[in-house]
Amino acid sequence: MSERAAPVTTTEEQHDDQEPARDAEESVDADATAEAASETEQQPVTTGAEAVVRALENAGVEHAFGVQGGAIMPVYDALYDSEITHVTMAHEQGASHAADAYGIVSGEPGICLATSGPGATNLVTGLADADMDSDPMVALTGQVPTEFVGNDAFQETDTTGVTTPVTKDNTFSSEPDRVGTDVSEAFALAREGRPGPTLVDLPKDVTNAETDREPDEPAVPHTYEVQEEADREIVDAAAERIENAQRPVMLLGGGVIKGEASEACREFAIEHEIPVVTTMPAIGSFPEDHELSMEMAGMHGTGYANMAITHCDTMLAIGTRFDDRLTGGIETFAPDAEVIHVDIDPAEISKNIHADYPLVGDAETVVDQLSEAVDDSPQITKWRAQCQQWKSDYSMAYDTPDDEPVKPQFVVEALDEATSDNAVVTTGVGQHQMWACQYWTYTEPRTWVSSHGLGTMGYGLPAAIGARFAADDDQEVVCIDGDGSFLMTLQGLSVAVREELDITVAVLNNEYIGMVRQWQDAFFDGRHSASDYGWMPEFDKLAEAFGARGFRIDDYNDVADTIDAALAYDGPSVIDAHIDPQANVYPMVPSGGDNGQFALTEDQL
Amino acid sequence: MTRGLDGPSPEERPTPAGRRNKQGIRIDPEIEAKHDPRRTVISVLVEHEPGVLSDVSGLFSRRQFNIESLTVGPTAEDERARITLVVEEPDPGIDQIKKQLRKLLPVIAVRELEPDAMRRELALVKVNAERPDRVAAVADMYDAKTVDSSPETATIEITGARQKIEAAIETLGQFGIREIARTGTTALARGTDDTAVPPTESAATEAKQTQQFTQPADDD
Repeated sequence: MSERAAPVTTTEEQHDDQEPARDAEESVDADATAEAASETEQQPVTTGAEAVVRALENAGVEHAFGVQGGAIMPVYDALYDSEITHVTMAHEQGASHAADAYGIVSGEPGICLATSGPGATNLVTGLADADMDSDPMVALTGQVPTEFVGNDAFQETDTTGVTTPVTKDNTFSSEPDRVGTDVSEAFALAREGRPGPTLVDLPKDVTNAETDREPDEPAVPHTYEVQEEADREIVDAAAERIENAQRPVMLLGGGVIKGEASEACREFAIEHEIPVVTTMPAIGSFPEDHELSMEMAGMHGTGYANMAITHCDTMLAIGTRFDDRLTGGIETFAPDAEVIHVDIDPAEISKNIHADYPLVGDAETVVDQLSEAVDDSPQITKWRAQCQQWKSDYSMAYDTPDDEPVKPQFVVEALDEATSDNAVVTTGVGQHQMWACQYWTYTEPRTWVSSHGLGTMGYGLPAAIGARFAADDDQEVVCIDGDGSFLMTLQGLSVAVREELDITVAVLNNEYIGMVRQWQDAFFDGRHSASDYGWMPEFDKLAEAFGARGFRIDDYNDVADTIDAALAYDGPSVIDAHIDPQANVYPMVPSGGDNGQFALTEDQL
Repeated sequence: MTRGLDGPSPEERPTPAGRRNKQGIRIDPEIEAKHDPRRTVISVLVEHEPGVLSDVSGLFSRRQFNIESLTVGPTAEDERARITLVVEEPDPGIDQIKKQLRKLLPVIAVRELEPDAMRRELALVKVNAERPDRVAAVADMYDAKTVDSSPETATIEITGARQKIEAAIETLGQFGIREIARTGTTALARGTDDTAVPPTESAATEAKQTQQFTQPADDD
């Protein structure tokens, strides 16, 4: 690995520092390689493909993830001379997840490339994933030459048609003189306002064609307008509501992290001593070891978080879209609460939960507005005590008798203990993902990388690859995966080995699609239809076959030493952790249920 | 080693008294807010570019909004087109439609029209015409025109509000209808009121455009 993006770890200061830091870096680079750069990079563009690559360079892109192919070849040819590091992935789906994770960790759009047809369709899962989670990402797809478009040519699909529902915007780029600007615009759109994935479809004749047109600087189209500041009157009314609240909570959503509002939210919560609940995408926005933190709410959220949101009378919800995994049944969601909803996307206001105080604007700006408007902290000593009581009543814990197979929660806690606070955690989707939420203590934003809205199994490993390129050198990257999830994209190990990426994968292996098995036990009379994965390979040996290091955990005595050894290895390592196959995720709110009625055991479902 | 998750079981926990309705609105125990579906007209000014119609119709189908009719045509400016949509939804749904439409990149302006807006559609009705004089008489009653006739048939062109067209079709039914083709509704706001203009061109209009109309369209 050569160089990585500037770290985006915690605070607003660091965020502010980023720009000058990058500028400085660039100017050093520019000085060092002034002549070379001016000769290689500053050549005028001569083809559409060069304009595409120039647009990426202008946008400050350092890494791109993709797979070569027929229709995208001109762009790859232009990349050959570029300073941009291209990471060849083993599958386009991996490219899209890696780009997605890169965007989450760095805050800047991740870039993925694929050829037309199957290359483009393989990106779709990653695009849908990024779209659901509002992650900034740019996909560049090759397309058959324009004269063949619509004729079912070799490796043709209607890529813009296929991806319209799963992108923030997409463009079929038909003009060589315009193609660079299309890419610049896609980049700007991906990160502006509510972030999301954008796609530019690049017909081979357009990228091959001659053009001397330099791309314009990244800018959003004139029809895209973002409101930064919320309406003054509603801010004042909301502030008054907060001052008079008896039982307030702050509900932080993923938008808090994307809007760089974590620090502002921390300050606001701590100044007014308001308990804080997060959604899953917001994990890390508020330190989970802080007294005010109630951690994650929702289907597998903590009991105390769910009690707090159910019983609050005032909810300051920031950057959340009230997904059903958070709200459970709408009828019973925070039924006594007046909702103050801050979101940069007006369409999120009152989509699922009615907003009594709609505040459209940038999360950080609006929280600052609220900070100024709130003069007196609410008098809520009793409420805070109640929240602490819930924390002790429903504390997260599990049994670890020595004679049973290793509990997955124990492995997660041991990994957390063995790594530093700023370690980046990626996951697949399933039981292991929930344990990774529940039993790891997150304290910094952009250290939790997961597939939230779409719930994409197989996300973990390619995400770890993307995260590794975006993370700081001293940040560990740990992928907590499930056996079923890992199996879906483990060809990415070849990439991690080739790039010598320092990644530790811990597969919590219960030889089941565990979450499905849990639901089958609870709701389908224990009929394990197609969820029994007793045929799993030995992942430690598989890792060795790829050229990575393999480890195995079978009992409690192995856990600490194995984790230390895997973390110490300077390259990709895989721990095949054989866990209690019957371990389940609790608390649990059944689908559409009442958050306050979370079950602590199967008997309570 | 440690205890499992415990704490009071669900039935031992306090529960709040309040509830929300299906639209996520807190139910006031005194007056429960109810939103019945209503029919309304939404005018959308868009960039005249390929794919914009599929963007709009795709949005409606994937978000499960009930679309009654959709018409599209050019405007005074070459690079812009106007889409007129008739929808039937409860108010939160109508509000959501407007917001989601505004998110589409080629969409310049979105507005729900007042109930008194001018709304028109066109129908071509081909009927059996053994008695052309009687067909002509009925057409006259609806200000309709006969645009084609043959020894067996007459085709009538009717323009007007939806209700008028429905009534005309019903009356023409006595002759035996062979075929009908109808456009959807197209509409413009009355007087100097702008139907849908970009927010930057008229801040005042935009402010007005966020208002909600609770009564149904007056030709329904």
